[in-house]
Amino acid sequence: MYRYTDFDADFVAERNRQFRQQVARRLDGSLTEDEFKPLRLMNGLYLQLHAYMLRVAIPYGTLNARQMRRLAEIAERWDRGYGHFTTRQNIQFNWPRLRDVPDMLDALAEVGMHAVQTSGNTIRNVTADHLAGAAADEIADPRPVAELIRQWSTDHPEFQFLPRKFKIAITGSPNDRAVTRAHDIGLRLLERDGQTGYEVIVGGGMGRTPMLGQVIRDFLPEADLLPYLEAIVSVWNLLGRRDNKYKARIKITLHEHGIDALRTRVEDRFAELRPAFGGADRAILAALRRDFAPPALAQGRSTRVFETARAADPVFRAWCDSNLAPHRAADHAIVQVSLKAHGAVPGDASAAQMRALADLAERYGHDDLRISHEQNVVLPHVHKADLPQLHAALTAQGLGTANIGRISDIIACPGMDYCALATARSIPVAQEIATRFQALGLEDEIGPLKIKISGCINACGHHHVGHIGILGLDRGGVETYQITLGGDHSETAALGQRIGPGFAADEIVPAVERLVQAYLALRTEPAETFLACYRRLGPEPFKTALYGAGNEARPDAA
Amino acid sequence: MPRPFTPKVVTANALTEGWVIYLTEDDRWTRSLSEAELLTDEAHAELRLIEASARSAEAVGVYLAEMKPGPDGPEPVHFREDFRRAGPSPRAVPLMTEGS
Repeated sequence: MYRYTDFDADFVAERNRQFRQQVARRLDGSLTEDEFKPLRLMNGLYLQLHAYMLRVAIPYGTLNARQMRRLAEIAERWDRGYGHFTTRQNIQFNWPRLRDVPDMLDALAEVGMHAVQTSGNTIRNVTADHLAGAAADEIADPRPVAELIRQWSTDHPEFQFLPRKFKIAITGSPNDRAVTRAHDIGLRLLERDGQTGYEVIVGGGMGRTPMLGQVIRDFLPEADLLPYLEAIVSVWNLLGRRDNKYKARIKITLHEHGIDALRTRVEDRFAELRPAFGGADRAILAALRRDFAPPALAQGRSTRVFETARAADPVFRAWCDSNLAPHRAADHAIVQVSLKAHGAVPGDASAAQMRALADLAERYGHDDLRISHEQNVVLPHVHKADLPQLHAALTAQGLGTANIGRISDIIACPGMDYCALATARSIPVAQEIATRFQALGLEDEIGPLKIKISGCINACGHHHVGHIGILGLDRGGVETYQITLGGDHSETAALGQRIGPGFAADEIVPAVERLVQAYLALRTEPAETFLACYRRLGPEPFKTALYGAGNEARPDAA
Repeated sequence: MPRPFTPKVVTANALTEGWVIYLTEDDRWTRSLSEAELLTDEAHAELRLIEASARSAEAVGVYLAEMKPGPDGPEPVHFREDFRRAGPSPRAVPLMTEGS
């Protein structure tokens, strides 16, 4: 993986030194909050509902064991012994004290991590397919390019005061696990006539005005990537609306100007910028490729212990069936570690769990860990012969839950339990759905089903692209939950449709149960997924399941 | 006719920890809502807000939150203030084997 150069280390250390002084000046009263707030946000420090929150970037979701151990140490020393992995492959610490944050940032810098541009109107952490570099279906590892984008976008002088935040996601696989169509820019790596390039998607986003991105370039040669990205952000920086923060994102710019007009402006700007790049970016990319060289996988080692264990142990077999993904080497597997134990907080890991994951990554996984946007952890390169022992070790740490992609593998934003923007809670809803369906014993029968929960219209919980999306709102001083159906976060991306009036907090879990029971009754065969069934039948039968045959009898509560 | 004034308390987050704090009648910041000064007069509430907002080296994001009188002091009107008072729902905090 990428290791900080002296330039990176000096930059982060200098930024931390500045922030330490800024914190000191705030604490001694020489800076007001109005003066300090933009400075702390530049360094990932929010003030939330109950405490400060430090958001640390995990670029393209990649960590090594040393970094994971450091996150555990930070959680124990300066927080409350846990961290929360987010839908943007970041980690959030929920309880830091202001005076400790400079020490936390220094501790991160020692292992090549930072919180720069995890907030504010800047280009945020670049996210990527969490199976990058390992997946059987991948064309090429997108992480060298993701790292190139991180370097280009970090402290980019033109892009420190953008109209609004800006998010880039990249995938190297035709099966989109990076939700590229819901980002300001989504990049899909392609090969055409032996040449590597990208489909460039622009103007996707969730929030109060969800939109799927549109293709602005169907094939951009790799050599042109940075000047083209710079052209897009540059055009939007001038064109984007600064009069209304709800209309500032590039999706609104795209909507107001249209893809053709936007493309013309971008191409004009690109023609100006391209000669200025001069090839330095390509030289850096070539060096980055070496940093992300694939690990030396064991050759010729027998997988018999795996097959024996799988045949003998139904618990192990169930975990293999749900939590493993195909590795490009047939005798290896990609292990997805669930942070969604039934009743646990989605995405939370204790310091002990982080340490255990670091140890296991070193022992069995080539020192490689990933954080997925679905708030789980991935060990991308594990030999199948090591899986039984790995599974036992994970289980001992409460990390053996066999539910990846199932109804209890729920994305949930922090909601009103932590977030100052939230209008309702998310976490308890996720917990109750997970424990309810575990009690019903229906998870395996239901099969693949994505529930995604947001505690406000900003949609950090990706509810718009959940097969079942749940949005928590405040309706007249009461927590109310709206359901959307038919969303899809994958390469066949779709936005869910709101299905009807909302439900009170004590009604939402039974409502989800009615939906799922309806699906089980309606599907043609067990292989027909919830999403496929919904697409075949449309919303009507599900509406009936939720509201009864009369449908509109209920007053609109939301 | 003007709407009757809903009682309020002055609340904020503490600068040092970020924790939820309330203003008491004797100008202390307290973490306990039951100790907060319940402001029943609109003009007095505005004055207390101005005074508290000036204490920028102690408190961040000072505002007036709606409350109703209760047997143990002010009680939140809105669920958001209830969560601010109580902290994350018990089930939203992971069970810790370490830390505190």
